Amino acid sequence: MNASCNSLDAAGSRREFLKVSVAAGGGLLLGFALPRAHAAEHAESALPPFAPDAFIRIDRNGAVTLIMSQVEMGQGIYTSISQILADELDVDFSRVVVEAAPPNDALYTNGALGFQVTGGSTSIRVFWMPMRKAGASARAMLVEAAAATWRVDPGSCRTANSEVIHEPSGRRLSYGALVDRAARSTPPKDPTLKARKDFQLIGTPARRLDSPDKVNGRAIFGIDAMPAGVKFATLRASPVFGGKVAHVDEAGARDVPGVRQVIVLDDLVAVVGDHMWAAKKGLDALQISWDEGLNAAVSSEQLFNEIRAASDRDGVVAKSVGDIGKALSSNKIEATYHVPFLAHAPMEPMNCTVHVRPDACEIWVGNQVITRTQAVAAKITGLPLGKVLVHNHLIGGGFGRRLEVDGIAKAVRIAQKVDGPVKIVWTREEDIQQAMYRPLYFDRLAAVLADGKITAWRHRIVGSSILARFAPPAFVNGMDSDAVDGAIDFPYDVPNIHVDYVRQEPTAIPTCFWRGVGPTHNIFVIESFVDELAHRAGKDPVQFRLDQLQGAPRLRACLELVAKKAGWGQTLPARVGRGVAAQSVFGSYLATIAEAEVDRNGEVKVRRVVCAVDCGIAVNPDTIAAQIEGGLIFGFTAALHSQITIAKGRVQQNNFNDYRMMRINEAPSIEVHLIQSGEAPGGIGEPGTVAAAPSLANALFAATGVRLRQLPIDRDALAGKKPA
Amino acid sequence: MTNLRINGQVHSVEATNDTPLLWVLRDLLGLTGTKFGCGIAQCGACTVHIDGNAVRSCLLPIGSIQDRAITTIEAIGDTPEGARVQKAWLDLEVVQCGYCQSGQVMAAAALLKSTPHPDDADIDAAMAGNICRCGTYVRIRAAIKQAAGAS
Repeated sequence: MNASCNSLDAAGSRREFLKVSVAAGGGLLLGFALPRAHAAEHAESALPPFAPDAFIRIDRNGAVTLIMSQVEMGQGIYTSISQILADELDVDFSRVVVEAAPPNDALYTNGALGFQVTGGSTSIRVFWMPMRKAGASARAMLVEAAAATWRVDPGSCRTANSEVIHEPSGRRLSYGALVDRAARSTPPKDPTLKARKDFQLIGTPARRLDSPDKVNGRAIFGIDAMPAGVKFATLRASPVFGGKVAHVDEAGARDVPGVRQVIVLDDLVAVVGDHMWAAKKGLDALQISWDEGLNAAVSSEQLFNEIRAASDRDGVVAKSVGDIGKALSSNKIEATYHVPFLAHAPMEPMNCTVHVRPDACEIWVGNQVITRTQAVAAKITGLPLGKVLVHNHLIGGGFGRRLEVDGIAKAVRIAQKVDGPVKIVWTREEDIQQAMYRPLYFDRLAAVLADGKITAWRHRIVGSSILARFAPPAFVNGMDSDAVDGAIDFPYDVPNIHVDYVRQEPTAIPTCFWRGVGPTHNIFVIESFVDELAHRAGKDPVQFRLDQLQGAPRLRACLELVAKKAGWGQTLPARVGRGVAAQSVFGSYLATIAEAEVDRNGEVKVRRVVCAVDCGIAVNPDTIAAQIEGGLIFGFTAALHSQITIAKGRVQQNNFNDYRMMRINEAPSIEVHLIQSGEAPGGIGEPGTVAAAPSLANALFAATGVRLRQLPIDRDALAGKKPA
Repeated sequence: MTNLRINGQVHSVEATNDTPLLWVLRDLLGLTGTKFGCGIAQCGACTVHIDGNAVRSCLLPIGSIQDRAITTIEAIGDTPEGARVQKAWLDLEVVQCGYCQSGQVMAAAALLKSTPHPDDADIDAAMAGNICRCGTYVRIRAAIKQAAGAS
């Protein structure tokens, strides 16, 4: 499947297209509107409140094309959204074709985030109801068209497999035969949705639409784009953040066969060649000296000292219940936690293919924010938006990295100097060292126990505000709602709770979202400290949590189920432990039990993980299980192996040799148990990642008695060679 | 000019002998199914077969290949092991983003050719060189076992 799209139309002209009308190719086009909860906070707030957002297209031959506002980056969203649309539409799922949407915030806004974006485990949560309505609305129009053709009551017709059937007479008409007539009817304002018992695709493990081409090499990712005449380039930016090029000696590069061009910009150097190897060899042959600027002395130690010092400042209050001052006045238990910078390292390295012409710019890329891609290219080239054509592609791993357009900007600036299309591919080293990073966070916690329960809970979160840069209107009164996400949703029945946030930007280091965003860090801290408190109270960690989850029945049910399925309480061998973590984030509830073994050297083997999930209606249960499995591994990778460190203003890690990934020989067995639910669907792309570190850290405590309050895990501490 | 025998066809390519096969496949021949991941043989995304054995193409100079048979993901389905692996991958829905899966399928097909009934240790040894950032390892293991069972 080549998920490409085209739109040279300006945003406005495209919108006209949306009224139900006969499409250019012949067929029914249907638009639908989404509620836009936070739209007013966003810069695009001039948009009408109920702008249409996505399409179903049915051709005269009956082919059904579903246009995907959300990008496919492995989470299975093309399939899940198609299941929702196709179920309400009653079309033959095997004949559905999906198409990536063009950039258009007016049509494809993500109602939770206010623009066209895939992230934050929002896609199903936001698009669930609008997609159902779109499907149901189109279906109603097709039924009306058939009923009018037959001069019968629409109520006497039913639909199945892309056909309208008139039951009393046995007559049938295919959707394809009805599109012209259906296109002339008015979409119902409030279409009748299917009852849950009538779902045929929703709730089934439908086959992923993108899988076949991904096992035979035919899937086209951004890096695979091959416009005619394309050249290949690779780049090196100042190794010190914020540095500039001082001087480049190009002599060596010019002797490399296949090198076509050396491009020197103020902050980076690129070499263009007939293929990537020529470009890379050419780049390596350059003698580049850098003006390292103000950040040449920045170090991890300095950044840690700064963030720890910032934790002494009072923060902006995110949540306050009861009287925390009074509640903490005696018998206070305190701890500090911290987590490192992380790179995303998606398997598809950053890349972007660009063709800049005097009158237009064409881009081939896979990106989670396609309208921002278009906008940044327009800004750099000075072209109007409508002259920037973006072909979005399947994404070879996003994890938040492709929510950013820093790479697009660099690629367009390079391409401005090239005659013809050029594919710019980051080496893995450049991908890791010139990235944007999950922020460093430092947390202070304090709590009081009485009668085996928590009576006071204070949590201070210190770290970068990603939202302040990413979506400035969402950063209000110093509060970053992402940084405290999960912390303000503290699920336990505690009468005195106080959560505050101190913004501390790390000198020189750019920060951005990373899979699981705020909750990945907060749930690690919270569930680790809750575990500490359980042990201080002399209680079983599962029972301690259950006793204080009266106000969170769905989470409580997950915890009960996971304890049963995991066999919690069984005797384990020496140096094997089990840890539990509970969370209610991204609209989904998870309880997770990890089992890990620690050898005498502190090496850790995660043996088994059991997870109970209540994510509301499970659109595709197999995809949900896959997201939990993969999300857990993503989180274990970080907990076991990952940190980006800084010395002399530079990232010290290079490639997968020193920025390690979990491999198959380290992967645990994983069991996912879904709780049947009729609640609205929750997000599922990130919860698994969130669950990994806290369940593992608690298992390591159970195995060794060593409490790890920082990540990645410290093997020397686990081996007893040094204090944690 | 170097002649390479790829998927049963001889291709003449203009690149220096030190050029890794990966870039010849991708950039000169348009066989983009083979992926670039790290460039230092640490991730396995670029895995191809040379005479049926799994090899990382990102570090394999074309000058060293001579007339040995190169098989890429685009043609692995024509081999019995490749076809079984692809089917098992689909049956168990292994794939997420899919970027690493060309390399995973190639590594698994080579494993089944040399070891038709691999145990967990065989799977670890053959597949630990292939990183999947989406974390599909649990299903990769199960799919290899299923493909082996289907032989």
